[in-house]
Amino acid sequence: MLLQFCTKHAQSKQGGIFIVLALALILAALPFVVGNTLGNAWLRILNFTLLYIMLALGLNIVVGFAGLLDLGYIAFYAVGAYCYALLSSPHFGLHLPIWLTIPSGALLAAFFGLLLGAPTLRLRGDYLAIVTLGFGEIVRIFLNNLNAPVNITNGPQGISGIDPLHFFGISLGKPINFLGLNVPSLHSYYYLFLALTALVVLLSVRLKRSRIGRAWMAIREDEVAAKSCGINTRNLKLLAFSMGASFGGIAGGLFAGFQGFVSPESFSLMESVMILCMVVLGGMGHIPGVILGGLLLSVLPEIFRQNAAPLQIAILGKVWLDPEALRMLLFGLSLILIMLYRPNGLWPTSAPSSAEQK
Amino acid sequence: MDIFLQQLINGLVLGSIYALVALGYTMVYGILGLINFAHGEVLMIGALLALSVIKALAGLALHWTLLIFISLLVSASACIVLAWAIERIAYRPLRNAPRLAPLITAIGVSILLQNIAMLVWGRSYRAFPPILPNFEYEIFGAVISAVQLVIVLTAGLVMCFLRLLVHRTRLGRAMRATAENPMVAQLMGVNSNQIIALSFVIGAALAALAGLMVSANYGIAHYNMGFMLGLKAFTAAVLGGIGNLGGAMLGGILLGLIESLGAGYIGELSGGFFGSHYQDVFAFLVLITVLIFRPSGLMGEKMSERA
Repeated sequence: MLLQFCTKHAQSKQGGIFIVLALALILAALPFVVGNTLGNAWLRILNFTLLYIMLALGLNIVVGFAGLLDLGYIAFYAVGAYCYALLSSPHFGLHLPIWLTIPSGALLAAFFGLLLGAPTLRLRGDYLAIVTLGFGEIVRIFLNNLNAPVNITNGPQGISGIDPLHFFGISLGKPINFLGLNVPSLHSYYYLFLALTALVVLLSVRLKRSRIGRAWMAIREDEVAAKSCGINTRNLKLLAFSMGASFGGIAGGLFAGFQGFVSPESFSLMESVMILCMVVLGGMGHIPGVILGGLLLSVLPEIFRQNAAPLQIAILGKVWLDPEALRMLLFGLSLILIMLYRPNGLWPTSAPSSAEQK
Repeated sequence: MDIFLQQLINGLVLGSIYALVALGYTMVYGILGLINFAHGEVLMIGALLALSVIKALAGLALHWTLLIFISLLVSASACIVLAWAIERIAYRPLRNAPRLAPLITAIGVSILLQNIAMLVWGRSYRAFPPILPNFEYEIFGAVISAVQLVIVLTAGLVMCFLRLLVHRTRLGRAMRATAENPMVAQLMGVNSNQIIALSFVIGAALAALAGLMVSANYGIAHYNMGFMLGLKAFTAAVLGGIGNLGGAMLGGILLGLIESLGAGYIGELSGGFFGSHYQDVFAFLVLITVLIFRPSGLMGEKMSERA
């Protein structure tokens, strides 16, 4: 209903401006509303949701635009996060400014993207999926074990005491006094992440319409045909890998600064799978769909988490089932049901591609 | 030398288990082109169920072979029903959907089964009841336990049987025809839906067997044991050339050998820098290397650009 309303009005230019303004107003007010009604826990969830949306949009470049199935995407997030963590924490005693740490995380992630992309260019479909999955696991295993004999990553304990994001002498770790208004740390992180998410959305939209984006989609639809039309498939696939990876690297750096702590546990295969689910569930290649997918899959499990125990008490009188297991159980069930009823995703592109029709 | 032989034996045991699981993946993939992510979870359910059955019957003072046989019967039938239901509910309706849709339902099923297992059997590791004979044989300084010997022999026997089934029977011909082209097979009078369900069912029975083997070999079962094992087995199937039964067997054994030999020798080779924690890295490194030089796997047929 709401979606129809939005898309209908977005077509006319005036309506578009109206919608954007309304959305901006809602998003700007959101942290205060959420913080006052649901508490700080939900504010943190909101911040993580924005990070996940960034990640989903990054993966969407690889999977949605270029059609390369990547099951190890979280590795790039991990690279970005560890890069930030190592360069600005007491672990090595380095405290570099974020103008250095975040870009170097992005660059390193892009390099890893190339490293993964170069040997796998010849692989197709599921072979590629399994190699990327293996790559993700390798990165995690290295992070887990590079604490001996030389302690680089501090192993399973992870790195703590990471500097909060800070720039122009402002640290987001503390409340900020902005025009006499006291903005708490969680709120300022929210606004930063929101701005960056908006930037990523804008970049994605522009990319999709650009020559590069159209070439990616041509490769997705039919690689041989794309090649015969003069598209340099090798370079473009590498570009997709490294660009998607750099988005992941940036999100990883933000995560490390926000959380103040990184450990290999946060970068398990399940996380890669979750981000892929966001992309596919929302509607591959369709930016609003991917955002919706990211939003749903980060908020839904939290709703289950908070209600799994109270719901049982309300209905059955006491907690019969492990709430954590029940939450994931419901989550798995909803994944299956959504896919059964909307195999193209919740909000797919209006013109289905040939691969989707099949 | 005896260390080498010991690692070889360990690798062979591990490899036989991988091979059994890999067969399940490769049969389904060969016909549907679908990575059945829930396969590892089916194995886990089979292992935990078999353990519970053994525990329940332990008081009856039956001979251990009989106990194992009964538990295998129960767990295999349960896994067969489970796999059949998964195929029916989560995969069949999506057969003509976009390629990634069944992948997501497979992941959903996987999460669902893991958490059902967590609710039923709890979070902790379940120990395998001490019913197995614990004599060991010594060959040239290396030790192989009776359990390990049984595992390798059973796996070999089952694989021979499966090969006969696929290559020598009418049913096997129908399976191969469906793998080649489901539509044409159907026109020739093969009920391809039935054949697809059958490939899931056979895979599930093999997974139940493999699950029992894993828990007997390591002495434990856990709600989380299936995922990584399934992943490795899938890696083995890809290594051998997915869709190819012989390839799955070869890939499984090879992967087991590489892992145990690699884990045994890496410390020495790298001067103590890398330890045996890197065991899991080998599986994937080997996979990546093989796929770079032979993208269709060791025994897979070379695919043309346009599939």
